[in-house]
Order: sequence, then structure tokens, then C-alpha cells
Amino acid sequence: MRVLYPFIAVLALVAIAFLGVKVAGLQYLFGVVFPYLAFAMFVGGFIAKVLGWAKSPVPFRIPTTCGQANSLKFIEQNKLDCPSTFWGVTGRMLLEVFLFRSLFRNTKAEIHDGPKLVYGSSKYLWLFGLLFHYSFLVIVIRHMRLFVGHVPGFLHTLEAGDALFQVGAPLLYQSDIIFVLAATFLFLRRLINANVRYISLPADYFPLFLILAIGITGILMRYVLRVDVVNIKQLAVGLATFSPVIHGEIGTVFFIHVFLVCTLMAYFPFSKLMHMGGVWMSPTRNMANNSRMVRHINPWNDPNIKPHSYADYEDEFREFMTGANIPVEKE
Amino acid sequence: MPMYDMNKILPGLIIFAGLMTFPIWYNSGNAGAVPKPEKPTNAKECVRPTDYMRTSHMVLLNEYRDAVVRDGERGAIKDAGGVEYDEKSLMLGCMKCHVSAKKFCDECHTYAAVKPYCWECHIQPKETN
Ligand code: HEM
Repeated sequence: MRVLYPFIAVLALVAIAFLGVKVAGLQYLFGVVFPYLAFAMFVGGFIAKVLGWAKSPVPFRIPTTCGQANSLKFIEQNKLDCPSTFWGVTGRMLLEVFLFRSLFRNTKAEIHDGPKLVYGSSKYLWLFGLLFHYSFLVIVIRHMRLFVGHVPGFLHTLEAGDALFQVGAPLLYQSDIIFVLAATFLFLRRLINANVRYISLPADYFPLFLILAIGITGILMRYVLRVDVVNIKQLAVGLATFSPVIHGEIGTVFFIHVFLVCTLMAYFPFSKLMHMGGVWMSPTRNMANNSRMVRHINPWNDPNIKPHSYADYEDEFREFMTGANIPVEKE
Repeated sequence: MPMYDMNKILPGLIIFAGLMTFPIWYNSGNAGAVPKPEKPTNAKECVRPTDYMRTSHMVLLNEYRDAVVRDGERGAIKDAGGVEYDEKSLMLGCMKCHVSAKKFCDECHTYAAVKPYCWECHIQPKETN
């Protein structure tokens, strides 16, 4: 059920767009109104979510320490895994965000006959996770050719690199293949691995199905059904210049593709996909472990409650302490 | 409610909003010219209907390329209206009607940022003006 319902939900989205455009003729709704709404929800929702997070104080240093902390001079510090400076944290964050370093350390535990517990390295999640995210990024950047009137040079370079092998016409993009394969792997991982299946929810499957459906409709549109890219670009540039026109023949598959993307954008700020913003803000990664160098004061401390040192405490209760035979430092 | 670390979060959000709205500020209201490929004067019909040609001419060209280069088949082709063309050929076929690559092919290709590699093998006819 946890797999089936999100799958049906995505099929329903495809059906809605298909019927809405093909039967009801709502090109303008699906091509202009929904994209604007969804984009506003995406950017606005994203910012609101991050500002919501910004309201939580993180008064204490809680980095996950994965190596030797800064200590005595002759003990070597692990500067990346237990950073104590700004630059250490910067290095740790960049490697985390751009190379998924913590996934690289992923291990798996297996029970063998004996019974014997064995730990091993497991890099597949890291590898396919990285491939998935980068091919997604490349595809989204390539799509900008549809939204800008004058296409800048770096987009041409990216296009040429992505279609390097010049297979077929229209040219086959490597990123398309990698994208679908990697997303399929991420789905099968949840389905096949019993431990992961146990903790997987509809909210894990839905974005996977949605993203796969976006990829598949896009690929269908480019290589199989084919659409009039000039008409589509007129609409897309029109959207970006706030003068949208739907002109000429545009295949229904395009509206399905775009409706799925709209769903993704609208759903994004409310879902686990917000890890895009969250990864930058996780205190267990982005804090320097400098508690022994800097005093961090809790912002919600009541200023009327003064610090109460042990010496003060003893002064206050010395009489009773000596009376109860509790040792005191000052007689 | 107070917000914390805004000196880092605010620049982050500004970068985010800047990247997400790239097409909007990059175009800054200018949608650019819509392509107007020059129509041939010596024929009314192409080898396939216009709708097909608009979306799928590259598939056809690829098939012709393979047929000619790999199988040596330059057989004659009939168009939708039954008119016969001598051979599958870019320079001696397509370009008999679509005389100017600049005014026909490049119009849409530039607009859609597509760069076909025709002229890596064919020698592009010199075009004045
Ligand atoms: C999350 C965002 C999106 C993803 C992941 C995505 C994915 C894809 C993929 C994988 C393809 C196959 C060809 C290629 O890689 O270029 C494609 C094609 C296409 N997509 Fe998207 N897409 C997205 C958003 C959009 C949007 C917002 C539009 C609206 C204009 C759009 C319009 C198209 C068109 C017109 C094609 C066909 C291009 C061609 O025939 O060359 N896509 N998409």
C-alpha cells in the first residue's frame, strides 16, 4: 500500500493533465496558471520554510564529531571530521553538499551464520545518489535554453558535453539515461532492501515516482512522441517575461510533463525534498566544535538568573553542609 | 520572533532566489525574436506534412543519412502530395527548395539552441549577405 498509493497518485496526476488538456481543452490553465502558481509556491514556500528554521536558536555546539577534536599540540586534530575553525567547517560543508561525503562513509551490517555480525562498506547509495542529483542538475540547467530568449554560451557547452557521443537525432543526452537509471536504483533500494523497505513511507515513494514520471515524459517527448520545440519555447519564454502565449500545436505530453513539474514545485516546500535547503542548515554539520575555546551563551537564558558558582553555593550553605558533615572547600 | 544567524541565512536565500529566477532577470522582459524560417518559393509540399517536419525532420534526416552513407541507398522519395524527388540528399535534395541554411535551418536551431553537426561532413555552401 505504501508503494501502491503514491504510484496511483502519480498516475492520477498524469490522467488529470491528459484529460484537462485533451478533453477539456484547458491549455491555458495547465500551461500558464499552474506554472505561475507552482513557481510562486516553490520559491515562496522554500523561503518561508528556511525563515521558520531560522527562528530556532541553536545555542550549543552539537556537531557530529567523526574524528579527533582539537586538543593538545602533539595530538593531531582531524580538521575535516571535527572542525574547530570557520575554514574547517567550510571544507566539511562543501564536501558534504557537493560530494555527499557522509554517504560515502555508509556502512551495512549483515548477520551471517554463526551468528556473526559483519560490517562492510556500502557505496552504492552514495554513487547512485550522486549520479541522480548531478544528472537532475544538468537536466534542469539544460532546460534553461527553453526559458531564455538569447541562450548564453555556457548552455551550449553543457549541451555539447551532454550529447558528446552524438547518438541519433535528436541527439541522446547521457544525463537522461543516468537520471532514469539512478532514480530506478533509488526506488529499487527501498523496495528490495528489507530494512529500508520497513522504514519507507508514501512520502518517500511519491517524490521518487513523480520525478521518474517527469523524466519519462520528458524522454518520451524528446525521443519518441516529439513535440514542436519552437512553439513550446515561445510559451516558456513568454512565462519568463510575463507575457505568456500559447501558440500553434503543442503535444499533450508536454502539458503532462509540465503538470508533473508543477506538482513537484508546489509539493517541494512541504516535503522531505526540503533537504535541499536543510543540508545547509544542519547544525550537526555546520557548527565548529569550539566549545572549549569560545563561550556560547544560550539566548533564552533569563537575564535575572545570575550565574551561581560552586564557591557562592558553598558560601550560602556552608553552615548546613558542615552540620551534615559534608566536606567543604573553605572552612 | 527573533531569527538567528541571519548574516548567513539571508545571503543564502538571496542566492537561492537569484538562481531560481534566472530566466526572469536574464530576459528582463525581452522575449527575443520568434524564428521566421524562409519558405521555399518553388514548392508547396515537403516530403512529409508540415506538422511532421516541424517536430520530426531530424529523424527523417537521420534515416536518410544512414540509408545513404551506410547502405548506399539514394532511392527516390515521394512527398505527401505524390511529387517525386530524385534522391535522398541534403545538398541536392532538401536544399533545392530550402536554399539558404542561414535563413531556413538556423532560424529555429538558433532559437532553440540546437546545433546539428551537418557541416562537419558536408561543406556548407557559401552564402552572401
Ligand atoms: C524538475 C524539472 C524537470 C525535469 C527533471 C525535466 C526532465 C526532462 C527530461 C529528462 C527530458 C528529456 C530530454 C532532456 O533531458 O532534455 C525533458 C524534456 C523536455 N522538457 Fe523537461 N523537465 C523538467 C521541467 C520542465 C519544464 C518546467 C518544462 C517547460 C517548458 C519542460 C519542457 C520540456 C521539453 C519541451 C522537453 C523536450 C525537449 C526536446 O524535445 O529537446 N521541462 N525534460
